[in-house]
Amino acid sequence: MAKTITQEFTKGLWAEIPPFRLVLGLCPVLGVTTTMENGIGMGLATTFVLLCSNILVSALRNIIPPKVRIACFIIIIATFVIVVELVMQAYAYPLFLKLGLFIPLIVVNCIVLGRAEAFASKNGLLPSMADGLGIGIGFTLSLAALGAIREIFGTGTFFGASVFGPSFQPFTFMIQAPGAFVCLGLMLCIMNLFE
Amino acid sequence: MSEMGYFSIIISTIFVNNILLAKFLGNCPFLGTSKKMETAVGMAMAVVFVLVMAGAITWVIYHVFLVPFDLVYLRTIAFILVIASLVQFVELFLKKSIPALYAGLGIFLPLITTNCAVLGACVINIDEELSFIKSLVSSFGFAVGFGLALVLFAGVRERILLARVPKPLQDTSIGLVTAGIIALAFFSFKGMV
Repeated sequence: MAKTITQEFTKGLWAEIPPFRLVLGLCPVLGVTTTMENGIGMGLATTFVLLCSNILVSALRNIIPPKVRIACFIIIIATFVIVVELVMQAYAYPLFLKLGLFIPLIVVNCIVLGRAEAFASKNGLLPSMADGLGIGIGFTLSLAALGAIREIFGTGTFFGASVFGPSFQPFTFMIQAPGAFVCLGLMLCIMNLFE
Repeated sequence: MSEMGYFSIIISTIFVNNILLAKFLGNCPFLGTSKKMETAVGMAMAVVFVLVMAGAITWVIYHVFLVPFDLVYLRTIAFILVIASLVQFVELFLKKSIPALYAGLGIFLPLITTNCAVLGACVINIDEELSFIKSLVSSFGFAVGFGLALVLFAGVRERILLARVPKPLQDTSIGLVTAGIIALAFFSFKGMV
């Protein structure tokens, strides 16, 4: 049993790492990764929602009637999103302002609903927790990596500290909308090269 | 956006602040349904239909129920429930009264519930404090912008099928790079409004 739980956890880190292997939940991936800090913040918020909704969905999986299950999942997810929204407003207001619209939009992040439907509604509490945590951490890592690349080239900083010195001309394409698409596409290509 | 005229709102939402390419909302259906022109057109139509209705209803819910009763923090859960039931309702209504359109939209109607463009556009309208008519206009503009970008992208993608793409770049990867180039084209509208 312990082995399978570890497997459920580690699959989210490479074998099924979102958004590369599961091409889901792209909007926050593209929208908030202008800096690494935003990426990690968004990743952690999503991880929290994913973990909590997986636990609750798994715990209630025998009570929820199958016909209205999607609606029930959405209500569960929306509840935790509101929790995250209020907590961030209280304790991390600058980050909340930067992420803005993308916090309420965790509700419609396909990864969260996808894991509830595909995994948590069919498995027990412990594997669902491991799955939620694994996928969430994988998602955070992807966002952090994309955020780091875009921040280093787009503004010449890393976590706000200068990397290339004052003579560096920022490659602003990277932090703007088109750069997000191209950067993610190329990262996907590099992942495919390792296959 | 609340001081703009109707025409400026339309231009702004379709081109300058295109919901897909500048605001990054609704990217999952953008990549998922753009492999064929037919599915792209179906999705675009379904989004226009639902987004305009959702824009109207969420405005009413927010200003008539949530604000007077001081329940603004429940916005997310209220909106997603309204959108989900609206999609269900539209589906039933179309099935009964306009079966041809229903058959055309097919699978795309239920998928719209989890399309973040719909929820996103409603939240943007509320955040910008638009009047009722202006939020209708803005929802329509966002939806048309979504449709336009989706159909353009599907056209390009159909051409890519004929090209010889290097193996690691195939499918989603080249799709994302292409989307980036289309976004670059839309970037030239910046500063118009």
